[in-house]
Amino acid sequence: MTDTASQRYIPNRLHSRAHRTIRSWEALLLAVAIAIFIVNSFASPYFLNAWNLSDATFNFTEKAMIAFAMAMLIIAGEIDLSVASIIALASTAMGLALQYGAGTPELVVIGLTVGLLCGAFNAVFVTVLGLPSIVVTIGTMSLFRGISYIILGDDAFRGYPASFSWFGQGYIYWVFTVEMLLFVIIAVVYGVVLHKTNFGRAVYAIGNNPTGALFSGIRVQRVKFILFLLTGLMSGVAAVCLTSRLGSTRPSIATGMELEVVTMVVLGGVNILGGSGSIPGVVIAAFVMGLVTFGLGLLNVPGIVMSIFIGLLLIGVIALPRLWTMAVRRRKA
Amino acid sequence: MSVFKKLIASAAVASAMFAGPAMAQDNVRIALVVKALGIGFFEAAAEGAEEAAAELGNVEIIYTGPTDTTAEGQIEVINSLIAQNVDAIAVSSNDTDALVPALQRAMQRGITVISWDSGVAPEGRQLHLNPSSNSLIGNMIIKLAADHLPDGGQVALLSATTTSTNQNIWMEEMNKVMGNYPGIEVVATVYGDDLADKSYREATGLMQSYPDLDAIIAPTSVGIVAAAQAVVDAGKVGQVNVTGLGLPSEMAGAIESGASQSFAIWNPIDLGYSATMLAYELSQNGVEAAPGAEIPMGRMGVLTLDDNNEGAMADPFVYDASNIEQFKSIF
Repeated sequence: MTDTASQRYIPNRLHSRAHRTIRSWEALLLAVAIAIFIVNSFASPYFLNAWNLSDATFNFTEKAMIAFAMAMLIIAGEIDLSVASIIALASTAMGLALQYGAGTPELVVIGLTVGLLCGAFNAVFVTVLGLPSIVVTIGTMSLFRGISYIILGDDAFRGYPASFSWFGQGYIYWVFTVEMLLFVIIAVVYGVVLHKTNFGRAVYAIGNNPTGALFSGIRVQRVKFILFLLTGLMSGVAAVCLTSRLGSTRPSIATGMELEVVTMVVLGGVNILGGSGSIPGVVIAAFVMGLVTFGLGLLNVPGIVMSIFIGLLLIGVIALPRLWTMAVRRRKA
Repeated sequence: MSVFKKLIASAAVASAMFAGPAMAQDNVRIALVVKALGIGFFEAAAEGAEEAAAELGNVEIIYTGPTDTTAEGQIEVINSLIAQNVDAIAVSSNDTDALVPALQRAMQRGITVISWDSGVAPEGRQLHLNPSSNSLIGNMIIKLAADHLPDGGQVALLSATTTSTNQNIWMEEMNKVMGNYPGIEVVATVYGDDLADKSYREATGLMQSYPDLDAIIAPTSVGIVAAAQAVVDAGKVGQVNVTGLGLPSEMAGAIESGASQSFAIWNPIDLGYSATMLAYELSQNGVEAAPGAEIPMGRMGVLTLDDNNEGAMADPFVYDASNIEQFKSIF
């Protein structure tokens, strides 16, 4: 990003063994994903069906779009818990604009803009005022959704134009949905930005040692500001997709989604304390979560049991590498 | 690699466990989708659905729903039901509009879709089953009071707010049928604003203003509990009967103390039973859901559809000392 940053090589991690653990994490996750896929194919006769699998992707595409931005934010040592509420506010703004005759392009612009503004709002409190992001975004989590409740109350906005439904219900070709395409594009963009640019290096540097990064000439607050903007923007994209898919807006839209997004990021191998993680890991985690919920859904496993299963999966996948190294160390001793 | 092997092995065990309840294909599969799992009201509805399934014989009930009362959660559930190609979906929706696209896809794939309890917009379902209708409720609330006043008497209404749509419609419907209950005189209508303390004060005030009052009718679950408490505190148990619409779990004490002889509300068991029967009729017996259609629903009689393809199941169900024990733990 800056000249000083580009001259200096800032490694992901200082220890190469830790680096290996991260690498094997993605391998492990991929194995889990494949195992779940195989188990699902045997467990339900309806699993291996192109249309059904296509339907199943809706379980994770919108959440994953936010998860990519969230992953970068968490790697930089910050978090945004207001993403689901940003969706609610962006969706409400689109609904409001609809009442004044906005067409599809305007609706999309408004959704994205509101997302950006919400991200900027969070960013100002965190980077300018120096408040902890977890506190700020717990506050804005109530604030943004609260505004939606004030505007909508018990009511709903409906009657979105048919062309608007393309984003959440449209197909590019055969079973490939518009949301899938967006998911792939966003994944590639974030993968390149995080792993191939100076900006991405700066994100890792800030997460590992903000003070060190600052003294290395990285504009820490500006990078964080941009990361909050990106998270807001992605929430705006998700708001467009979700609103389009539901065809209506209620203030309760996307309730609780922030925790699922964070779960996806952590399952993807991102260190919740910042400093490490990768976009491919988050991509695989998105598939793992989508496959698990869809597979269990096909078996009519109640949602409560499903949450338990996701929780166990999260703990299991995180604990396994740790247990593995402990076992290896014991054998060596 | 052994970690992976272990993982695959445990996954295989998990698959063996799940493979157990793999479905018997020749059964008619009817999915009862509720607002959220773990709610007593819906557990009771599922019980009713199982009763209907047992009566029909070849029906398998899939009782399912999201963990939280969200539209997104219900859509995920509906997507997986579409994938399983179930025969019918009967849904109590979390959102009138948001479920429409998913349910329309279900109908396109030949799945019967009905809503019950909490409805879906008409384009997203074939019919909607209301637990009751305004006119049936209006009639029921006065009947509950009149049944215990064979020689007539004075009754007063304790409503929610002056602008509460439901309560106003019910009282209006009640006024239409007053002629059927000679000797019953409505002496006053007061408003407790659905606040426990205000309802309590209004009920106490009624008993002071009308010393000969025989019954208080509260068509609101907040008001009825407050009124019953006011009657107990005024020492008028046995003189003033509190009735109206309430929840069994909240009214159990009032029935026990005698402050209330009986009250009414929908019966979730009957609701689940009827929804299952209707879904079966539409999906298996080629019954067309159209305005004016009369669709049988087993022991609950016949559902007549109005212009919006909606119908009312029955009178609100009456709860008294004989059945309160059974229902107070349900909802």
